Amino acid sequence: MPTSEQLKKQKQYQQYVKRITPSHSLPLNMTKAFFTGGLICTLGQWILNAAASLGADKETAGSWCSLLLILLSVILTGLNIYPEIGKFGGAGALVPITGFANSVAASAIEFQTEGQVFGIGCKIFTIAGPVILYGILSSWGLGIVYYILKLMGVIL
Amino acid sequence: MKPGIPAGTASIEFLQPVYIESAASITGQKEGQGPLGNLFDMVSEDPLFGTKTWEAAESTLQKETASLAIGKAGLTAPDIRMVFAGDLLAQTIASSFGIAEMDIPYYGLYGACSTMGEALSLGAMTVAAGYGEHVLCAASSHFATAEKEFRFPLGYGNQRPLSSTWTVTGSGACVLGSKPPVPEDQKHASPMRYKNGCAVITGITIGKLVDFGFKDSLNMGGCMAPAACSTIAQNLSDFGRTPKDYDAVFTGDLGMIGQQILLDLLSEKNIDLHSVHQDCGLMIYDNETQDTHSGGSGCGCSASVLAAAILPEISRGTWKRILFVPTGAMLSKVSYNEGESVPGIAHAVVIEHSEI
Repeated sequence: MPTSEQLKKQKQYQQYVKRITPSHSLPLNMTKAFFTGGLICTLGQWILNAAASLGADKETAGSWCSLLLILLSVILTGLNIYPEIGKFGGAGALVPITGFANSVAASAIEFQTEGQVFGIGCKIFTIAGPVILYGILSSWGLGIVYYILKLMGVIL
Repeated sequence: MKPGIPAGTASIEFLQPVYIESAASITGQKEGQGPLGNLFDMVSEDPLFGTKTWEAAESTLQKETASLAIGKAGLTAPDIRMVFAGDLLAQTIASSFGIAEMDIPYYGLYGACSTMGEALSLGAMTVAAGYGEHVLCAASSHFATAEKEFRFPLGYGNQRPLSSTWTVTGSGACVLGSKPPVPEDQKHASPMRYKNGCAVITGITIGKLVDFGFKDSLNMGGCMAPAACSTIAQNLSDFGRTPKDYDAVFTGDLGMIGQQILLDLLSEKNIDLHSVHQDCGLMIYDNETQDTHSGGSGCGCSASVLAAAILPEISRGTWKRILFVPTGAMLSKVSYNEGESVPGIAHAVVIEHSEI
Protein backbone atom coordinates (compact mmCIF):
# COMPACT_ATOMS: atom_id res chain seq x y z
CA MET A 1 0.00 0.00 0.00
CA PRO A 2 1.30 3.47 -0.81
CA THR A 3 2.00 5.72 2.17
CA SER A 4 0.19 9.01 2.65
CA GLU A 5 3.33 10.81 1.48
CA GLN A 6 3.26 8.78 -1.78
CA LEU A 7 -0.46 9.36 -2.21
CA LYS A 8 0.10 13.09 -1.88
CA LYS A 9 2.83 12.94 -4.50
CA GLN A 10 0.59 10.91 -6.81
CA LYS A 11 -2.17 13.45 -6.42
CA GLN A 12 0.22 16.28 -7.21
CA TYR A 13 1.38 14.43 -10.31
CA GLN A 14 -2.20 13.84 -11.49
CA GLN A 15 -3.04 17.51 -11.05
CA TYR A 16 0.12 18.51 -12.90
CA VAL A 17 -0.65 16.18 -15.84
CA LYS A 18 -4.22 17.44 -15.96
CA ARG A 19 -2.97 21.01 -16.08
CA ILE A 20 -0.68 20.48 -19.08
CA THR A 21 -3.02 18.16 -21.04
CA PRO A 22 -5.05 20.00 -23.67
CA SER A 23 -8.72 19.10 -24.01
CA HIS A 24 -11.45 19.57 -26.61
CA SER A 25 -13.31 22.89 -26.36
CA LEU A 26 -16.51 22.16 -24.43
CA PRO A 27 -18.72 24.90 -25.94
CA LEU A 28 -17.63 23.90 -29.47
CA ASN A 29 -18.28 20.21 -28.73
CA MET A 30 -21.68 21.00 -27.25
CA THR A 31 -22.64 23.04 -30.32
CA LYS A 32 -21.59 20.22 -32.63
CA ALA A 33 -23.49 17.68 -30.49
CA PHE A 34 -26.59 19.92 -30.49
CA PHE A 35 -26.67 20.17 -34.28
CA THR A 36 -25.77 16.52 -34.95
CA GLY A 37 -28.32 15.21 -32.46
CA GLY A 38 -30.86 17.79 -33.62
CA LEU A 39 -30.42 16.77 -37.24
CA ILE A 40 -30.92 13.08 -36.43
CA CYS A 41 -34.08 13.88 -34.44
CA THR A 42 -35.40 16.16 -37.18
CA LEU A 43 -34.93 13.31 -39.62
CA GLY A 44 -36.86 11.08 -37.20
CA GLN A 45 -39.68 13.62 -36.99
CA TRP A 46 -39.76 13.85 -40.79
CA ILE A 47 -40.14 10.04 -41.02
CA LEU A 48 -42.94 10.18 -38.41
CA ASN A 49 -44.78 12.88 -40.33
CA ALA A 50 -44.30 11.12 -43.64
CA ALA A 51 -45.61 7.83 -42.23
CA ALA A 52 -48.58 9.62 -40.65
CA SER A 53 -49.45 11.38 -43.89
CA LEU A 54 -49.42 7.97 -45.61
CA GLY A 55 -52.13 6.88 -43.20
CA ALA A 56 -50.14 5.09 -40.44
CA ASP A 57 -51.42 5.46 -36.88
CA LYS A 58 -49.15 6.95 -34.20
CA GLU A 59 -47.67 3.64 -33.06
CA THR A 60 -46.99 2.29 -36.55
CA ALA A 61 -45.41 5.59 -37.58
CA GLY A 62 -43.15 5.37 -34.50
CA SER A 63 -42.05 1.88 -35.49
CA TRP A 64 -41.23 3.01 -39.02
CA CYS A 65 -39.20 5.87 -37.58
CA SER A 66 -37.08 3.58 -35.33
CA LEU A 67 -36.67 0.97 -38.06
CA LEU A 68 -35.50 3.41 -40.70
CA LEU A 69 -33.11 5.26 -38.37
CA ILE A 70 -31.56 1.97 -37.23
CA LEU A 71 -31.24 0.76 -40.82
CA LEU A 72 -29.60 4.01 -41.87
CA SER A 73 -27.15 3.88 -38.95
CA VAL A 74 -26.19 0.27 -39.63
CA ILE A 75 -25.61 0.99 -43.32
CA LEU A 76 -23.51 4.06 -42.46
CA THR A 77 -21.51 1.98 -39.96
CA GLY A 78 -20.86 -0.66 -42.63
CA LEU A 79 -19.68 2.06 -45.01
CA ASN A 80 -17.38 3.43 -42.27
CA ILE A 81 -19.19 6.79 -42.31
CA TYR A 82 -20.83 6.64 -38.87
CA PRO A 83 -17.48 6.75 -36.99
CA GLU A 84 -16.85 10.10 -38.68
CA ILE A 85 -20.27 11.37 -37.60
CA GLY A 86 -19.57 10.14 -34.05
CA LYS A 87 -16.16 11.79 -34.06
CA PHE A 88 -17.71 15.09 -35.12
CA GLY A 89 -20.94 15.02 -33.15
CA GLY A 90 -19.89 13.20 -29.96
CA ALA A 91 -22.86 12.57 -27.69
CA GLY A 92 -25.13 14.11 -30.34
CA ALA A 93 -24.49 11.02 -32.45
CA LEU A 94 -24.17 8.64 -29.50
CA VAL A 95 -27.41 9.25 -27.60
CA PRO A 96 -30.09 8.86 -30.33
CA ILE A 97 -31.14 5.38 -31.43
CA THR A 98 -28.64 5.61 -34.30
CA GLY A 99 -25.75 5.60 -31.79
CA PHE A 100 -27.10 2.46 -30.19
CA ALA A 101 -27.40 0.78 -33.58
CA ASN A 102 -23.86 1.86 -34.41
CA SER A 103 -22.43 0.27 -31.27
CA VAL A 104 -24.17 -3.04 -32.06
CA ALA A 105 -23.27 -3.08 -35.76
CA ALA A 106 -19.64 -2.07 -35.10
CA SER A 107 -19.20 -4.96 -32.64
CA ALA A 108 -20.83 -7.42 -35.05
CA ILE A 109 -18.48 -6.37 -37.86
CA GLU A 110 -15.38 -6.38 -35.66
CA PHE A 111 -15.94 -9.80 -34.10
CA GLN A 112 -17.32 -11.73 -37.10
CA THR A 113 -13.83 -13.18 -37.66
CA GLU A 114 -14.18 -14.97 -34.30
CA GLY A 115 -17.22 -16.93 -35.50
CA GLN A 116 -21.01 -16.78 -35.48
CA VAL A 117 -21.37 -17.97 -31.86
CA PHE A 118 -18.28 -16.89 -29.91
CA GLY A 119 -17.62 -13.88 -32.09
CA ILE A 120 -20.85 -12.15 -33.13
CA GLY A 121 -23.06 -14.05 -30.67
CA CYS A 122 -21.05 -13.37 -27.52
CA LYS A 123 -19.63 -9.98 -28.36
CA ILE A 124 -22.33 -8.13 -30.31
CA PHE A 125 -23.54 -6.35 -27.16
CA THR A 126 -20.13 -5.57 -25.61
CA ILE A 127 -20.85 -1.84 -25.84
CA ALA A 128 -24.66 -1.86 -25.95
CA GLY A 129 -25.00 -4.54 -23.24
CA PRO A 130 -24.86 -2.16 -20.25
CA VAL A 131 -27.50 0.08 -21.88
CA ILE A 132 -29.83 -2.89 -22.33
CA LEU A 133 -29.26 -4.32 -18.85
CA TYR A 134 -29.57 -1.09 -16.90
CA GLY A 135 -32.30 0.20 -19.20
CA ILE A 136 -34.47 -2.82 -18.35
CA LEU A 137 -33.49 -2.65 -14.68
CA SER A 138 -34.40 1.03 -14.34
CA SER A 139 -37.69 0.60 -16.22
CA TRP A 140 -38.52 -2.27 -13.83
CA GLY A 141 -37.77 0.02 -10.87
CA LEU A 142 -39.91 2.79 -12.32
CA GLY A 143 -42.69 0.25 -12.93
CA ILE A 144 -42.70 -0.63 -9.21
CA VAL A 145 -42.85 3.06 -8.25
CA TYR A 146 -45.72 3.50 -10.69
CA TYR A 147 -47.54 0.47 -9.23
CA ILE A 148 -47.18 1.75 -5.63
CA LEU A 149 -48.32 5.26 -6.57
CA LYS A 150 -51.32 3.70 -8.30
CA LEU A 151 -52.21 1.64 -5.19
CA MET A 152 -51.95 4.80 -3.08
CA GLY A 153 -54.31 6.54 -5.44
CA VAL A 154 -51.77 9.25 -6.39
CA ILE A 155 -52.03 8.23 -10.04
CA LEU A 156 -55.31 7.20 -11.54
CA MET B 1 33.51 -12.40 -27.29
CA LYS B 2 34.24 -10.83 -23.93
CA PRO B 3 31.01 -10.62 -21.98
CA GLY B 4 29.67 -7.42 -20.51
CA ILE B 5 30.15 -6.16 -16.98
CA PRO B 6 27.52 -4.70 -14.65
CA ALA B 7 27.63 -0.89 -14.52
CA GLY B 8 26.07 1.05 -11.68
CA THR B 9 22.98 -0.61 -10.26
CA ALA B 10 20.83 -1.33 -13.31
CA SER B 11 23.08 -1.24 -16.37
CA ILE B 12 25.42 -3.46 -18.34
CA GLU B 13 28.44 -2.25 -20.27
CA PHE B 14 29.54 -4.47 -23.14
CA LEU B 15 33.32 -4.82 -23.27
CA GLN B 16 33.17 -5.70 -26.94
CA PRO B 17 30.54 -3.96 -29.03
CA VAL B 18 27.52 -5.92 -30.22
CA TYR B 19 27.09 -5.18 -33.95
CA ILE B 20 23.79 -4.32 -35.54
CA GLU B 21 24.09 -6.37 -38.71
CA SER B 22 20.88 -5.20 -40.32
CA ALA B 23 17.64 -3.36 -39.69
CA ALA B 24 14.30 -3.52 -41.50
CA SER B 25 10.97 -1.79 -41.23
CA ILE B 26 7.54 -2.22 -42.80
CA THR B 27 4.58 0.04 -42.06
CA GLY B 28 1.00 0.76 -43.04
CA GLN B 29 -0.20 3.50 -45.34
CA LYS B 30 -0.77 6.22 -42.74
CA GLU B 31 2.84 5.90 -41.55
CA GLY B 32 3.94 5.88 -45.19
CA GLN B 33 2.25 9.26 -45.63
CA GLY B 34 4.05 10.65 -42.58
CA PRO B 35 7.32 12.61 -42.46
CA LEU B 36 9.43 9.40 -42.45
CA GLY B 37 7.37 7.76 -45.22
CA ASN B 38 10.13 7.23 -47.75
CA LEU B 39 12.62 5.85 -45.21
CA PHE B 40 10.68 2.66 -44.51
CA ASP B 41 11.67 -0.43 -46.49
CA MET B 42 8.10 -1.13 -47.45
CA VAL B 43 4.72 0.53 -47.03
CA SER B 44 1.69 -1.72 -47.40
CA GLU B 45 -1.41 -0.22 -48.98
CA ASP B 46 -3.49 -3.15 -47.72
CA PRO B 47 -4.11 -2.82 -43.96
CA LEU B 48 -4.95 -6.54 -43.88
CA PHE B 49 -1.57 -7.46 -45.43
CA GLY B 50 -3.32 -9.96 -47.71
CA THR B 51 -4.95 -11.86 -44.83
CA LYS B 52 -8.51 -12.18 -43.53
CA THR B 53 -8.13 -11.00 -39.91
CA TRP B 54 -6.34 -8.10 -38.23
CA GLU B 55 -4.34 -10.48 -36.03
CA ALA B 56 -3.12 -12.50 -39.03
CA ALA B 57 -2.28 -9.18 -40.68
CA GLU B 58 0.01 -8.21 -37.82
CA SER B 59 1.63 -11.66 -37.79
CA THR B 60 2.33 -11.34 -41.51
CA LEU B 61 3.68 -7.84 -40.99
CA GLN B 62 6.11 -9.01 -38.32
CA LYS B 63 7.17 -12.11 -40.23
CA GLU B 64 7.85 -10.13 -43.40
CA THR B 65 9.86 -7.53 -41.48
CA ALA B 66 11.88 -10.24 -39.72
CA SER B 67 12.58 -12.01 -43.04
CA LEU B 68 13.64 -8.73 -44.57
CA ALA B 69 16.06 -8.04 -41.71
CA ILE B 70 17.57 -11.52 -42.04
CA GLY B 71 17.91 -11.07 -45.80
CA LYS B 72 19.50 -7.63 -45.46
CA ALA B 73 22.15 -9.13 -43.16
CA GLY B 74 23.00 -11.58 -45.94
CA LEU B 75 21.70 -14.48 -43.87
CA THR B 76 18.93 -17.07 -44.03
CA ALA B 77 16.60 -18.15 -41.22
CA PRO B 78 18.68 -21.22 -40.15
CA ASP B 79 21.63 -18.85 -39.47
CA ILE B 80 19.67 -17.14 -36.67
CA ARG B 81 20.40 -18.70 -33.28
CA MET B 82 17.34 -17.22 -31.58
CA VAL B 83 14.73 -14.53 -31.87
CA PHE B 84 13.35 -12.18 -29.25
CA ALA B 85 10.05 -10.75 -30.44
CA GLY B 86 6.90 -9.22 -29.04
CA ASP B 87 3.76 -7.24 -29.73
CA LEU B 88 0.77 -5.73 -27.92
CA LEU B 89 -1.77 -8.51 -28.27
CA ALA B 90 -2.91 -10.82 -25.48
CA GLN B 91 -0.53 -13.80 -25.23
CA THR B 92 1.58 -11.99 -27.90
CA ILE B 93 -0.10 -13.95 -30.68
CA ALA B 94 1.12 -11.70 -33.48
CA SER B 95 4.73 -12.66 -32.74
CA SER B 96 4.22 -16.33 -32.00
CA PHE B 97 2.06 -16.97 -35.07
CA GLY B 98 4.34 -14.86 -37.26
CA ILE B 99 7.69 -16.23 -36.12
CA ALA B 100 6.39 -19.82 -35.94
CA GLU B 101 6.54 -20.09 -39.72
CA MET B 102 10.25 -19.22 -39.72
CA ASP B 103 11.38 -22.20 -37.64
CA ILE B 104 13.83 -20.23 -35.44
CA PRO B 105 14.26 -20.77 -31.65
CA TYR B 106 11.93 -18.16 -30.18
CA TYR B 107 11.43 -16.15 -26.99
CA GLY B 108 8.18 -14.16 -26.87
CA LEU B 109 8.30 -10.87 -25.00
CA TYR B 110 5.74 -8.51 -23.56
CA GLY B 111 6.94 -5.06 -22.63
CA ALA B 112 4.00 -3.13 -24.06
CA CYS B 113 5.42 -0.38 -26.30
CA SER B 114 8.90 -0.82 -24.78
CA THR B 115 9.25 -4.26 -26.38
CA MET B 116 11.92 -3.26 -28.92
CA GLY B 117 14.13 -2.04 -26.06
CA GLU B 118 13.56 -5.29 -24.22
CA ALA B 119 14.31 -7.37 -27.32
CA LEU B 120 17.51 -5.44 -28.13
CA SER B 121 18.70 -5.68 -24.51
CA LEU B 122 18.19 -9.44 -24.30
CA GLY B 123 19.59 -9.89 -27.80
CA ALA B 124 22.70 -7.87 -26.98
CA MET B 125 23.26 -9.79 -23.73
CA THR B 126 22.92 -13.08 -25.62
CA VAL B 127 25.42 -12.08 -28.30
CA ALA B 128 27.86 -10.59 -25.76
CA ALA B 129 27.72 -13.77 -23.69
CA GLY B 130 28.63 -15.78 -26.75
CA TYR B 131 25.37 -17.71 -26.87
CA GLY B 132 24.67 -16.87 -30.46
CA GLU B 133 26.43 -15.42 -33.46
CA HIS B 134 23.27 -13.94 -34.98
CA VAL B 135 20.21 -12.99 -32.93
CA LEU B 136 17.03 -11.44 -34.29
CA CYS B 137 15.06 -8.79 -32.37
CA ALA B 138 11.62 -7.72 -33.57
CA ALA B 139 8.48 -5.92 -32.46
CA SER B 140 5.23 -4.96 -34.13
CA SER B 141 1.92 -3.23 -33.58
CA HIS B 142 -1.18 -2.69 -35.69
CA PHE B 143 -3.75 0.06 -35.27
CA ALA B 144 -6.73 -2.25 -35.75
CA THR B 145 -5.55 -5.05 -33.44
CA ALA B 146 -4.65 -2.57 -30.69
CA GLU B 147 -8.01 -0.81 -30.90
CA LYS B 148 -9.74 -4.18 -30.69
CA GLU B 149 -7.55 -5.37 -27.81
CA PHE B 150 -7.63 -2.24 -25.66
CA ARG B 151 -10.43 0.03 -26.84
CA PHE B 152 -13.49 -0.13 -29.13
CA PRO B 153 -14.45 -1.82 -32.41
CA LEU B 154 -13.21 0.23 -35.36
CA GLY B 155 -16.69 1.08 -36.61
CA TYR B 156 -17.79 2.57 -33.29
CA GLY B 157 -18.26 6.33 -33.48
CA ASN B 158 -16.57 8.06 -30.55
CA GLN B 159 -14.32 11.00 -29.83
CA ARG B 160 -10.70 10.47 -28.88
CA PRO B 161 -9.29 12.86 -26.29
CA LEU B 162 -6.46 15.17 -27.40
CA SER B 163 -4.10 13.31 -25.04
CA SER B 164 -4.62 10.03 -26.89
CA THR B 165 -2.04 8.58 -29.26
CA TRP B 166 -2.43 6.72 -32.54
CA THR B 167 -1.15 3.13 -32.61
CA VAL B 168 1.37 2.70 -35.40
CA THR B 169 0.77 -0.05 -37.93
CA GLY B 170 4.32 -1.13 -38.37
CA SER B 171 7.14 -3.41 -37.44
CA GLY B 172 10.86 -3.09 -37.00
CA ALA B 173 13.46 -5.84 -36.79
CA CYS B 174 17.23 -5.96 -36.28
CA VAL B 175 19.79 -8.72 -36.52
CA LEU B 176 22.46 -8.42 -33.83
CA GLY B 177 25.74 -10.24 -34.16
CA SER B 178 29.29 -10.62 -32.97
CA LYS B 179 30.72 -9.67 -36.36
CA PRO B 180 30.38 -6.36 -38.25
CA PRO B 181 27.83 -6.05 -41.06
CA VAL B 182 29.03 -7.28 -44.45
CA PRO B 183 30.76 -4.42 -46.38
CA GLU B 184 29.35 -3.21 -49.67
CA ASP B 185 32.07 -4.60 -51.94
CA GLN B 186 31.23 -8.14 -50.88
CA LYS B 187 28.38 -10.45 -51.79
CA HIS B 188 25.32 -10.06 -49.50
CA ALA B 189 26.41 -6.58 -48.39
CA SER B 190 24.36 -5.10 -45.57
CA PRO B 191 22.88 -1.59 -45.86
CA MET B 192 23.84 -1.11 -42.20
CA ARG B 193 27.48 -0.88 -43.26
CA TYR B 194 28.40 2.59 -44.53
CA LYS B 195 32.00 2.52 -45.80
CA ASN B 196 33.79 1.48 -42.60
CA GLY B 197 31.08 2.76 -40.29
CA CYS B 198 28.41 0.74 -38.55
CA ALA B 199 26.15 0.86 -35.51
CA VAL B 200 26.97 -1.03 -32.32
CA ILE B 201 25.28 -1.56 -28.96
CA THR B 202 27.69 -0.70 -26.16
CA GLY B 203 25.45 -0.76 -23.13
CA ILE B 204 21.95 -1.17 -21.77
CA THR B 205 19.98 0.07 -18.78
CA ILE B 206 17.20 -2.21 -17.61
CA GLY B 207 14.02 -0.34 -16.77
CA LYS B 208 12.08 -0.52 -13.53
CA LEU B 209 8.31 -0.42 -13.31
CA VAL B 210 7.40 3.07 -12.23
CA ASP B 211 3.92 3.70 -10.87
CA PHE B 212 2.79 7.24 -10.13
CA GLY B 213 -0.77 6.08 -9.48
CA PHE B 214 -1.88 7.52 -12.81
CA LYS B 215 -5.03 5.85 -14.18
CA ASP B 216 -5.89 7.55 -17.47
CA SER B 217 -5.10 4.95 -20.12
CA LEU B 218 -5.94 7.47 -22.84
CA ASN B 219 -3.06 9.65 -21.67
CA MET B 220 -0.24 7.16 -22.18
CA GLY B 221 2.38 9.91 -22.18
CA GLY B 222 1.41 10.71 -18.60
CA CYS B 223 1.64 7.02 -17.65
CA MET B 224 5.04 6.42 -19.25
CA ALA B 225 7.00 9.66 -18.81
CA PRO B 226 7.97 8.90 -15.16
CA ALA B 227 9.43 5.55 -16.28
CA ALA B 228 11.42 7.21 -19.06
CA CYS B 229 12.68 9.77 -16.56
CA SER B 230 13.74 7.03 -14.13
CA THR B 231 15.59 4.99 -16.77
CA ILE B 232 17.34 7.97 -18.36
CA ALA B 233 18.50 9.29 -14.99
CA GLN B 234 19.65 5.77 -14.05
CA ASN B 235 21.55 5.42 -17.33
CA LEU B 236 23.35 8.73 -16.86
CA SER B 237 24.33 7.87 -13.30
CA ASP B 238 25.33 4.25 -14.03
CA PHE B 239 27.61 5.26 -16.91
CA GLY B 240 28.76 8.52 -15.30
CA ARG B 241 27.49 10.55 -18.26
CA THR B 242 25.62 13.81 -18.78
CA PRO B 243 23.05 14.50 -21.54
CA LYS B 244 25.91 16.17 -23.47
CA ASP B 245 27.53 12.74 -23.90
CA TYR B 246 24.64 11.76 -26.16
CA ASP B 247 24.00 13.30 -29.56
CA ALA B 248 20.37 12.37 -29.18
CA VAL B 249 18.06 10.61 -26.74
CA PHE B 250 15.09 8.95 -28.45
CA THR B 251 12.11 7.96 -26.34
CA GLY B 252 9.59 5.54 -27.85
CA ASP B 253 6.11 7.02 -27.86
CA LEU B 254 5.65 9.65 -25.18
CA GLY B 255 3.94 11.99 -27.59
CA MET B 256 3.56 15.72 -27.15
CA ILE B 257 2.27 15.62 -23.58
CA GLY B 258 4.63 12.88 -22.40
CA GLN B 259 7.60 14.75 -23.84
CA GLN B 260 6.78 17.86 -21.84
CA ILE B 261 6.31 15.80 -18.66
CA LEU B 262 9.63 13.99 -19.21
CA LEU B 263 11.54 17.23 -19.68
CA ASP B 264 9.88 18.74 -16.60
CA LEU B 265 10.54 15.66 -14.44
CA LEU B 266 14.17 15.54 -15.51
CA SER B 267 14.76 19.22 -14.84
CA GLU B 268 13.50 18.60 -11.29
CA LYS B 269 16.49 16.24 -11.05
CA ASN B 270 18.71 18.95 -12.58
CA ILE B 271 19.06 17.08 -15.86
CA ASP B 272 18.53 19.22 -18.94
CA LEU B 273 17.51 17.04 -21.88
CA HIS B 274 15.90 19.79 -24.00
CA SER B 275 18.61 20.03 -26.63
CA VAL B 276 19.00 16.30 -27.32
CA HIS B 277 15.56 14.80 -26.77
CA GLN B 278 13.45 13.40 -29.59
CA ASP B 279 10.43 11.14 -29.50
CA CYS B 280 9.72 8.46 -32.13
CA GLY B 281 5.98 9.05 -31.63
CA LEU B 282 6.45 12.67 -32.67
CA MET B 283 8.70 11.80 -35.61
CA ILE B 284 6.49 9.23 -37.35
CA TYR B 285 3.37 11.37 -37.90
CA ASP B 286 2.63 15.00 -38.62
CA ASN B 287 0.23 15.58 -35.73
CA GLU B 288 -1.20 18.71 -37.37
CA THR B 289 -2.27 17.18 -40.67
CA GLN B 290 -2.65 13.49 -39.79
CA ASP B 291 -5.10 13.90 -36.89
CA THR B 292 -2.98 11.78 -34.55
CA HIS B 293 -3.51 14.02 -31.51
CA SER B 294 -0.56 13.52 -29.12
CA GLY B 295 1.51 11.37 -31.54
CA GLY B 296 2.20 7.77 -32.53
CA SER B 297 2.44 4.82 -30.16
CA GLY B 298 2.78 1.04 -30.10
CA CYS B 299 5.75 -1.35 -30.22
CA GLY B 300 5.94 -0.78 -33.96
CA CYS B 301 6.42 2.95 -33.49
CA SER B 302 9.85 2.94 -31.84
CA ALA B 303 10.89 -0.26 -33.66
CA SER B 304 10.18 1.03 -37.16
CA VAL B 305 11.58 4.52 -36.48
CA LEU B 306 14.76 2.95 -35.05
CA ALA B 307 15.24 0.72 -38.07
CA ALA B 308 14.31 3.31 -40.71
CA ALA B 309 15.46 6.67 -39.38
CA ILE B 310 17.87 6.23 -36.48
CA LEU B 311 20.20 3.29 -37.18
CA PRO B 312 21.15 4.30 -40.76
CA GLU B 313 22.19 7.74 -39.47
CA ILE B 314 24.33 6.16 -36.76
CA SER B 315 26.15 3.93 -39.24
CA ARG B 316 26.73 7.01 -41.41
CA GLY B 317 28.16 8.79 -38.39
CA THR B 318 25.62 11.64 -38.23
CA TRP B 319 25.22 10.69 -34.58
CA LYS B 320 28.16 9.22 -32.67
CA ARG B 321 26.29 8.03 -29.62
CA ILE B 322 22.57 7.90 -28.91
CA LEU B 323 20.28 6.53 -26.23
CA PHE B 324 17.23 4.60 -27.44
CA VAL B 325 14.55 4.47 -24.72
CA PRO B 326 11.26 2.85 -25.79
CA THR B 327 8.54 3.29 -23.18
CA GLY B 328 5.66 0.97 -22.32
CA ALA B 329 2.41 1.35 -20.40
CA MET B 330 1.72 -1.89 -18.55
CA LEU B 331 -2.04 -2.25 -18.54
CA SER B 332 -4.66 -4.71 -19.66
CA LYS B 333 -8.40 -4.27 -20.13
CA VAL B 334 -8.90 -6.23 -16.90
CA SER B 335 -6.49 -4.21 -14.77
CA TYR B 336 -8.04 -1.01 -16.13
CA ASN B 337 -11.61 -2.14 -15.37
CA GLU B 338 -10.56 -3.23 -11.90
CA GLY B 339 -9.39 0.30 -11.18
CA GLU B 340 -5.65 -0.36 -11.17
CA SER B 341 -3.25 2.39 -12.12
CA VAL B 342 -1.10 2.22 -15.26
CA PRO B 343 2.58 1.71 -14.38
CA GLY B 344 5.18 2.50 -17.02
CA ILE B 345 8.46 0.90 -18.00
CA ALA B 346 11.35 2.03 -20.19
CA HIS B 347 14.43 0.14 -21.31
CA ALA B 348 17.47 2.06 -22.54
CA VAL B 349 19.93 0.90 -25.18
CA VAL B 350 23.15 2.79 -25.86
CA ILE B 351 23.93 2.69 -29.59
CA GLU B 352 27.18 4.10 -30.96
CA HIS B 353 28.84 4.72 -34.31
CA SER B 354 31.85 2.52 -34.79
CA GLU B 355 34.61 2.58 -37.40
CA ILE B 356 36.12 -0.76 -38.33
